[in-house]
Amino acid sequence: MTENEVPRADSLLAVRGLTKRFGTFVACNGIDLGIGAGEIHALLGENGAGKSTLVKMLFGVLAPSDGEILWKGTPVAIGSPGAARKLGIGMVFQHFSLFEALTVAENIALSLDPGISLSRIADEAAALSREYGLPLDPKAHVADLSVGERQRIEIVRALLQNPSLIILDEPTSVLTPQEADRLFETLEKLRSEGRSVLYISHRLEEVQRICDRATVLRHGKVTGACDPRKETPASLARMMVGSDVAAVTHIERRDAGVVQLEAAKLSVAARTPFAVALKDVSLKVHAGQILAIAGVAGNGQGELFDALSGEYPVADNESVRIRQKPVGRLGINQRRLLGAGFVPEERHGHAAVSGLPLSDNLVLARSQSDRKAFLAGGFLGLIRHSAVLSATRRISAEMDVRKSGDDPLAGSLSGGNLQKFIVGRELDRQPAVLVVNQPTWGVDAGAASRIRQALVDLARSGSAVLVISQDLDEIFEVATDIAVISEGRLSEPSPAAEMTREKIGLLMGGLTHRHVEAESVHAH
Amino acid sequence: MLEAILLTVITAATPLVIASLGELVAERSGVLNLGVEGMMIMGAVAAFAITQISGSPYMGLLAGIACGGLFSLLFGFLTLTLVANQVATGLSLTLLGLGVSGMLGESFVGVPGIKLQPIVIPLLSDIPFLGLLFRQDIAFYLSIALVVGVNWFLFRSRAGLKLRAIGDNHGSAHALGIEVIRTRYLAVLFGGACAGLAGAQLSLIYTPQWVENMTAGRGWIALALVVFASWRPWRVLAGGYLFGAVSIGQLHAQAMGLGIPSQFLSALPYAATIIVLIVISQNRRTTLINTPASLGKPFVPDR
Amino acid sequence: MRIELEKRAGASRLFSFLSPLLALLLTVIFGGIMFALLGKDPIHALHSFFIEPLLEVWSLHELAIKAGPLILIAVGLSVCYRSNNWNIGAEGQYVMGAIAGSILPVVFFEWNSPLILPLMLIMGAIGGALYAGIPALLKAHFNTNEILTSLMLVYIAQLFLDWLVRGAWRNPQGMNFPETRSFAPEAVLPPIMEASGRAHWSFVFALIAAVAVWFMMHYTLKGFEVTVLGQSPRAGRFAGFSSRKMIWFSMLLSGGLAGFAGISEVSGSIGHLQPIISPGYGFTAIIVAFLGRLNPLGIIASGLVLALTYLGGEAAQLSIGVSDKVTRVFQGLLLFFVLSCDTLIHYKVRLVFDRVRQKIEGAA
Repeated sequence: MTENEVPRADSLLAVRGLTKRFGTFVACNGIDLGIGAGEIHALLGENGAGKSTLVKMLFGVLAPSDGEILWKGTPVAIGSPGAARKLGIGMVFQHFSLFEALTVAENIALSLDPGISLSRIADEAAALSREYGLPLDPKAHVADLSVGERQRIEIVRALLQNPSLIILDEPTSVLTPQEADRLFETLEKLRSEGRSVLYISHRLEEVQRICDRATVLRHGKVTGACDPRKETPASLARMMVGSDVAAVTHIERRDAGVVQLEAAKLSVAARTPFAVALKDVSLKVHAGQILAIAGVAGNGQGELFDALSGEYPVADNESVRIRQKPVGRLGINQRRLLGAGFVPEERHGHAAVSGLPLSDNLVLARSQSDRKAFLAGGFLGLIRHSAVLSATRRISAEMDVRKSGDDPLAGSLSGGNLQKFIVGRELDRQPAVLVVNQPTWGVDAGAASRIRQALVDLARSGSAVLVISQDLDEIFEVATDIAVISEGRLSEPSPAAEMTREKIGLLMGGLTHRHVEAESVHAH
Repeated sequence: MLEAILLTVITAATPLVIASLGELVAERSGVLNLGVEGMMIMGAVAAFAITQISGSPYMGLLAGIACGGLFSLLFGFLTLTLVANQVATGLSLTLLGLGVSGMLGESFVGVPGIKLQPIVIPLLSDIPFLGLLFRQDIAFYLSIALVVGVNWFLFRSRAGLKLRAIGDNHGSAHALGIEVIRTRYLAVLFGGACAGLAGAQLSLIYTPQWVENMTAGRGWIALALVVFASWRPWRVLAGGYLFGAVSIGQLHAQAMGLGIPSQFLSALPYAATIIVLIVISQNRRTTLINTPASLGKPFVPDR
Repeated sequence: MRIELEKRAGASRLFSFLSPLLALLLTVIFGGIMFALLGKDPIHALHSFFIEPLLEVWSLHELAIKAGPLILIAVGLSVCYRSNNWNIGAEGQYVMGAIAGSILPVVFFEWNSPLILPLMLIMGAIGGALYAGIPALLKAHFNTNEILTSLMLVYIAQLFLDWLVRGAWRNPQGMNFPETRSFAPEAVLPPIMEASGRAHWSFVFALIAAVAVWFMMHYTLKGFEVTVLGQSPRAGRFAGFSSRKMIWFSMLLSGGLAGFAGISEVSGSIGHLQPIISPGYGFTAIIVAFLGRLNPLGIIASGLVLALTYLGGEAAQLSIGVSDKVTRVFQGLLLFFVLSCDTLIHYKVRLVFDRVRQKIEGAA
């Protein structure tokens, strides 16, 4: 079933032995791949498998170290994105290549022939977006748009060049389930027009749903080429991961314990022009409960985390409570002293300083909560390096953090290993309350399962856990209760068993519970 | 009287406007070059020296532009190719410029300069009062042309759009195949040439002689003007004339002998800069929206 | 031909150490070329610039006198720059420190007490700190760029000093020279070893300050806070550190040290106030800080090197007849080379010849 087929000669795009080395690290190792005309081809693989590196070479952003690319049977060197576009390759980036300060039309103009006037581009973009059901206002500033709208710009921008091949890098990771459905319709329309799509994802379900063929990467090598519809999710996962990933043991929803974390009508004005205001957010997390907050990126998740963690204290002291005590105006360290732990979304430059060793990054989160253990010398505040170092070793062993050397720089660890350390740093304290924003964003399957299990275990031992996540699979894996955040408003939490993807999707779109009920009645 | 004052204000404002515009373009592309003072003084000394040697102030003017531009490439090489810290490199450019110009200019101290003469535009210069705008030297005409030109370039041309895109997000620009480093080199070069021209104006028109450190902080004021103008060319023009008026105003006040110590009056332009910066930074929203998002951040492309 | 950079996995220890030396070497080479262009024998010129000042004891004392304020100021600046606060107005804080410290010996010149010297030093430090407090206040509470404000304040401080010594504080017996009255002997910072030369205690204070700040940076939570906030303000906030307080801390510390340097210099070397009391120490200290890689112990070494450029300039003027302006050229070059060489610490630098790439593209 995983026979490595040699790229066919009639392929639109064929890749033979494509290799990319960064210093001694081989990101892509002898990749073979063929994409036929009019097919949706999946490129499957975990975070760090080399998918992004591969497509960057196909789009001329990176220069291959070795191997060749054939376009319609002829070898080509794609020296720049401009050259890729000329061949007929369009690209929709995962982390969008958009400019917030510019308008939609200006953003599109940047990748087109300079001879075309802005007003003509605006007209064509508007026409195209109508044709494909991707509504866009060419005069809007990107900074004001939602993630889904931003993705539409990227797609329209790619389509305007009338490409034969469109590459989409993890396109659904930022969409609601409904938006994803609409995207799939667009992709099928493209296929019916005879265009090819290279669809990059690590979500097996959607790959099986829309892709004709799949190539699987692991550690920079092709580990399988198959028809995804003839595979099972388990067999695909095995090709991706190389082994079976331990399933997270689920946590039973129990009778409510004490309320350990509470927000009551929490409202926060937007701090910057690009931020989201929180409006009347209320939630309660009981001991032994995992409340997951779903939502599309940029709907106030970061702001909610800031308010709950005390990185940005709020004016109303009563609006946040940790273990019954009002803490709205307290800073993050005072909240930690009450027994709370926090894991922010961004690993580099927020949860950790990349340029400092792990031991320093341990002090970062715990200099006050573990003052007695880590500091000496009274007001001088001398850091007890030996104590910090032994705690670092303990955490690394506990969470199976794989690192080079005893105390390496945080920046030298892989995403998954650093995230395990960052989560372990908090778990090591046995916090009564844990607030985690995007716990497994961009980490490999092994680390993700390890982290999710740790969160479940923490709740089982009686702590209250709040998980903010964009990943619905993750949410259904760990949550006892689910709420949805949309434009700074939080829906009423419901038990996880009563929630469905469709419901969450509708709530993500800003509908209230009442509407959602009505809508689902309508559908039946 | 009013006309005379206006004339001096124009002369004082012109170098500020020119140097600021150059820096504005560099900053719009995401490069913060704090070396304006250094590039300006290099332009001033080169312009004066070449004028002395060739006898032609126009040759001097060109030399000033070239020297400022060349000097800025040093900054470009360090910050763009070697990704050195932009703040520190800009400072070093200023320190080096002040040192080198002092050494090169030593033999010119006290030498009477050759003033660049105004170009009188027939007919237009006969308009009552406003005619004085058409009896100016070439630096003034250039400053106005630059305001119009830079504004058109940034907001009407595709190349300007690319430059703004790079300043907004160099990572995305690179991914789209826009030449980040090359564009930035050109923007830095333009900034240097403008600073050089501004310096040449000082040693050929404003005070046609060579004095060590004669820029006296104007490069720094030009930097402040860019912030004041929230990165918009027309506002640079307004800001430049505001500062020109302040510095001429204090000179006139000194001449009138109002009983205020001259040192306090001399400090006025510097104090005004601080005050203006405070007022401008009050509106955090506009500052955040207008500041090029990648300003001062290093960029190393993947290959 | 192009230059390509490849990020190293971590900072290279080898180049952290080699980079300043490499910069020094390049500066000397370029200096030699510059002397040759000026028509001087480069070997002879470099010898009189860099070696001669080190050959006599009195001259070593002069070196310590110049190094004292440079080290004091640079040590403070290193904390500022490490915490990402760009105080470039140390020259102004130095001047204000000198003025504040001179209040006692100039205005209350009749008061004699052994307390006067310590009080002067303290007031000097406070004066410098308060003056640095202006850009700190403006940055912390009005969001105003500290680079521009601290620099503007240099001009204002210099004009203020000029006004004082020509006006209110001018020596009534001074034949109209723009000077204050000379400090009483009690108000003069004494020499360390009077028998051999002029070097006074400011150099010792500088060493103490450097070691103390080094200790803080390496062993205490405060030093950790400086590092974290400098590298990532957001991570600092996560740690519960306040960027705003750090602005105050670093600016007041560096302003205080600059003010202390100012009053030490005036009290120990000059003996009165005059319009010019610094050959640009406040700006040269920026170079000292970077050459010392923002490490206080490294700054001791780099302070001595930069002090040597001052002496070398004076020596070269006397012995080979070049302008002492070469000093500032040397200093500027040095900073340029330091910044260039620092690239080697974080990146591998490769020369790429375009022909290879053209070949690949030519295949298309």
